[in-house]
Amino acid sequence: MERPLTQHIDLRRPAFTLKEYEQAGGYAALKKAVKELTPKEVQQVVQDSNLKGRGGAGFNTGLKWSFVPMGDEARHPKYLIANADEMEPGTFKDRLLLEGNPHQLIEGMIIAAYAIQADISYIFLRWAYKKAAHLIRKALAEAYEAGYLGENILGSGWGLQMHLHTGVGRYMCGEETALLNALEGKRATPRSKPPFPQVSGLFGKPTVVNNVETFCCIPHIVSNGAEWFKGLSKSEDGGTKIYGVSGKVKRPGAWELPMGITMRELLEEHAGGMANGYQLRGVLPGGASTDFLTTEHMDIKLDFKSVAAAGSRLGTGTMIVMDDATCPVGFVHNLQHFFAQESCGWCTPCREGLPWVEKILLSIEKGEGREEDLDILSLHTKMLGPGNTYCALATGAMEPLQSALKYFREDFERHIHEKSCPWNGHEHR
Amino acid sequence: MLTQEEINAIDHEVKLLPHKKAAVIEALKIVQKERGWVSDASISEVAEYLDMSPAEVDSVATFYNLIFRKQVGRHVILLCDSISCYVMKYQEIYVALQQKLQIQFGETTTDQRFTLLPNACLGCCDHAPALMIDDDLYTDVTIEQLDELLKKYS
Repeated sequence: MERPLTQHIDLRRPAFTLKEYEQAGGYAALKKAVKELTPKEVQQVVQDSNLKGRGGAGFNTGLKWSFVPMGDEARHPKYLIANADEMEPGTFKDRLLLEGNPHQLIEGMIIAAYAIQADISYIFLRWAYKKAAHLIRKALAEAYEAGYLGENILGSGWGLQMHLHTGVGRYMCGEETALLNALEGKRATPRSKPPFPQVSGLFGKPTVVNNVETFCCIPHIVSNGAEWFKGLSKSEDGGTKIYGVSGKVKRPGAWELPMGITMRELLEEHAGGMANGYQLRGVLPGGASTDFLTTEHMDIKLDFKSVAAAGSRLGTGTMIVMDDATCPVGFVHNLQHFFAQESCGWCTPCREGLPWVEKILLSIEKGEGREEDLDILSLHTKMLGPGNTYCALATGAMEPLQSALKYFREDFERHIHEKSCPWNGHEHR
Repeated sequence: MLTQEEINAIDHEVKLLPHKKAAVIEALKIVQKERGWVSDASISEVAEYLDMSPAEVDSVATFYNLIFRKQVGRHVILLCDSISCYVMKYQEIYVALQQKLQIQFGETTTDQRFTLLPNACLGCCDHAPALMIDDDLYTDVTIEQLDELLKKYS
């Protein structure tokens, strides 16, 4: 089984230096792209590979790039940004790529920048990733030294500057347009679309933002071709995927596996099944803002389309397991506490609705819930649903709530009827 | 007054950007690094230097949870309270820290040694529960470890 993204990652030893990375074949894809392919040809091979954005939205990456104005008429500077603000609760896949092989990200970004003829690029890294920040700074210095960054890269006449930007908190920064505002020194509130960032992004200039894992796929697609990349997958979405599992399983962790393996394979073979004494009740398949799946979904394929067909989203591909010793109401309350706290306050449904949801859930969890509270919660899942807010924060927040009300309704009702939490013992925050 | 070191560091950031104002988050980070937190006086100094109003700088400063607008202790403990750590019972770690330090979330010990804050997902969910003290990350944290761990920070 091929695992291109993690083949050179071994967290027991230091990450590859530029020299070691080159000896392992690194930066050959960049040379091929810049010397043998036109920017449009790079866009095309990425589009043909059916690489879908690994930040969670699952949009075809090459297609996303194709909306950037090209040629003499295009406005400059154009920007390319790596979204390394990994803050979706339960998600820890980009940390592996950032700490394990920073040069792979940098090479992927330079190739992507070449494809859209960008002039300036940023790695937007979350504050907490201290080790990654250190490694990226070192790797960037090496890449400048080697002439992979700076003026006239590999004699092409095209140049690129790349900077590391470390954040100062807030989940909102991971939202594409809010990230642009944060980079401009503003509050990280989302922007209304259109215009899309490809046309008017950072400082009003054409901009592409992609996730870390997405960029890490690029060198391999350029080296080996679109067909090879598609062949790695067990589904119609191209490539491999970094899947992760956290919660009370025997071996929590992250693994690079063919796109489209089943939930059963991931949970049983890779995560080792549930820890002794615990039963699986539900799974958030791709981070905190995805709908629950349950034991009836064990054999669905973990790709964008199949997970959507089962009523959820692949999201970041890092799943959170809810066991039978964990109260579903407490679990969902914890999620809504997070979303209410992280709402940027820009639009009313999210700013006002999420704290209301959080308070109702807390009262149910404390045994103070009323029958009609469940209807109020259901109403919120619609009022905060798609189309009512600028960005997807509130919509995402409603996904685990609406599915919890569907799959774990009896547990909610028990809290209300028994006037206490059947699981008890949990601290309420 | 901004120190010469602070001004140099802010100027370096301004140079990379199309206009001065865009450097405000970087400037706040620089000031906080030197002074530990961002006081009202610091807000005014940054505002003046970047040709902004203090209110505008404060609107940015108060948005970001890791810009501290209140004085913090010599060390800041960030305990992850997100979902994977919830499943792995971060609450027990919180109770133990409350007992050891005699403070709750948002408070600082009387000797100014520690400030305890909740933090959203630290991105190491396969090793929950997790916390950070200053720049150091600790994972698979157990209550038994806490004394040893806190001892490293004076």
